[in-house]
Amino acid sequence: MDGYSFADLQAILIMQGFAGISLFSVLLLMALGLAIIFGQMGVINMAHGEFMAVGAYTTYFFSSLTQNYLPGFLDYYFVFSIIAAFFIAGAIGYLLEFALIRHLYKRPLDTLLATWGVSLIMQQLFRTIFGAREVSPALPDWLLGSYEPTEMIDIPLNGLFVLGLTVLVTGGVFYLMFRSRWGLRVRATTQNRVMSGAVGINTKKVDRLTFALGCGIAGVAGAAFTTIASTGPTTGSLYIVDTFMVVVFGGAASLFGTIASAFSIAQAQSIMEFFLSGSMAKVFTLLTIVVILMLRPEGLFSTKVRK
Amino acid sequence: MKSFFYNKLLGGKQGAIGLLVLALVILVVFPLTLDLFRLNLVGKYLTYAFVAVGLVLLWGYGGILSLGQGIFFGLGGYCMAMFLKLEASSPENTSIQSTPGIPDFMDWNQLTHLPWFWKPFESFGFTLIAILVIPTVFAFIVGYAMFKRRVGGVYFAIITQAIALILTVLIVGQQGYTGGINGITDLRTLHGWDIREDSAKYTLYFVNAFLLLGCVMLGRYVLTSKFGRLLLAMRDKEDRVRFSGYDVSTFKIFVFCLAAVISAIGGAMFTLQVGFMSPSFVGIVPSIEMVIFAAVGGRMSLIGAVYGTLLVNFGKTLFSESFPALWLFLIGGLFIAVVMFFPNGLAGIYAKYSQQLAACVKSGRGCARSLVEKLRSLRPGSRTGAGSQAGESL
Repeated sequence: MDGYSFADLQAILIMQGFAGISLFSVLLLMALGLAIIFGQMGVINMAHGEFMAVGAYTTYFFSSLTQNYLPGFLDYYFVFSIIAAFFIAGAIGYLLEFALIRHLYKRPLDTLLATWGVSLIMQQLFRTIFGAREVSPALPDWLLGSYEPTEMIDIPLNGLFVLGLTVLVTGGVFYLMFRSRWGLRVRATTQNRVMSGAVGINTKKVDRLTFALGCGIAGVAGAAFTTIASTGPTTGSLYIVDTFMVVVFGGAASLFGTIASAFSIAQAQSIMEFFLSGSMAKVFTLLTIVVILMLRPEGLFSTKVRK
Repeated sequence: MKSFFYNKLLGGKQGAIGLLVLALVILVVFPLTLDLFRLNLVGKYLTYAFVAVGLVLLWGYGGILSLGQGIFFGLGGYCMAMFLKLEASSPENTSIQSTPGIPDFMDWNQLTHLPWFWKPFESFGFTLIAILVIPTVFAFIVGYAMFKRRVGGVYFAIITQAIALILTVLIVGQQGYTGGINGITDLRTLHGWDIREDSAKYTLYFVNAFLLLGCVMLGRYVLTSKFGRLLLAMRDKEDRVRFSGYDVSTFKIFVFCLAAVISAIGGAMFTLQVGFMSPSFVGIVPSIEMVIFAAVGGRMSLIGAVYGTLLVNFGKTLFSESFPALWLFLIGGLFIAVVMFFPNGLAGIYAKYSQQLAACVKSGRGCARSLVEKLRSLRPGSRTGAGSQAGESL
């Protein structure tokens, strides 16, 4: 650590830590959707990254619309596009569940392959519609710039915004899953499908809505993602493995585990990135997770369910 | 002895005919009808077929889906490439470099001496052993850690996928040691024998084809043995096999290692025939593509896997030459269609039709109609209208 004074190191730690928090926010938003789909339903959705891209492209589409037709509205469109991203991605998820996933619930490995096919098709659709180049929406002014508590520390506002959004969505999911009647039905279906059906829960409808909700949250993640980086047709697939690792590492059915694992993975990666090269940081992070998972396959926080 | 050969390696009459047809196609038909460029291309596809054959054992019979078979293909390929690269980087060939005698990409990355793990690859004997042993050991470590803890199913798929990603990132990141994203290129000779010449390409094609047939026969042998029965039993009722006193995890580790070795042989032959190796054959995308080769051919058929590989790759070459945009739609649709409508792939279709055809030839009546009905009943999802509609529109 030669060449860094204590104050330097402190500033680096805070800024890298915050960069880690931005990564954490996006990872968590992605992983929340996946945790619902994979953790609650046991479905492997390899196209999850593409649902994030749907959200990102929705934001981009709204931004171009606003720029061209309603320039005065530019400060506010972003909030609407997040909501639109949620509903559009959710609607596509709903359709996908209806057309494909529901036929494959008993064959999880085949679901994996089929959704991989879906992801390839969606990627090519993005390429056909929006072009192969990466795009980014025009961000409203209040998202640009940064917050500077001291001279050395520089925290970007968009990161703060994404963090706030993540807290909001996580709270919402928590409420939905653990405090609402609907969440009760979802958890009941997870634990015992046949019995849930017997007590009058429409399990097929629950499945469809759960899947749609997970995809919708991925759409929100995509909208948030646009404030941090630009979007290309293959953006989603870059994050899919990381996201799966977050969910598996956290313990598939545990919401709290997902949060904890997204946080530790993002922080580890971001702090290591400063001292090592980006690729080696990624290698070490993933390797650590794989080794931990080999020693403790149920993940960090496992729910105690009899199988 | 004769009956051992006939029953175990060829798989009886039915199996022997299938193998004979396959041998005829790849040993006689292709070399006679295709020019050298296309034949070399077919040779390349056939190296992927090794992976597909391994996947039939691992996934079709063992029920273990690995999304990281590219790892082993890559390990085999890289071992071979390291040997060839060292031979191509003799001090005379590389005299313009600032450090002659080391591979060119090392020189570009300011390395001044050969890293220790490259040194043994100067020996051809070591390389051949490494091609077989390194992937086996790697598969053993991964398999031991996972199967002993009873990790399986989708978790295994995700973790193997993560390992494939790690390996790719590592290879790309460590340019000076591995050649980075470009891989190890510009390979020339094997013991002074120029592998780029036409005659060498023919020879390598036939060596590759015989090795592939050998691997198919090995697979047949394994599957017709008691082990093959146990493998199927494990796939369908793992606990019952375990309670019968068998050590399930050891069998799983064995079949994972076997699939790894077969893939590695394919990788090594790929390097020899194509003349380079790069991380684009190691990562997630190629690994999943190799699964679809096996799925299209039929996950339960060793021979089907070879045809599946050839078919998908012919399609890929054909479409990506003329309509690159269409290809991704097609392969995406193929993933969905195979899973939804043809879980047993080409081999499944063939099995249904061949019975029907045989019956047709005998009776000679009412063929067409019953064939159509047979085709309808082939699709498990066909009863639910929405599913099949979605499949058709894709």
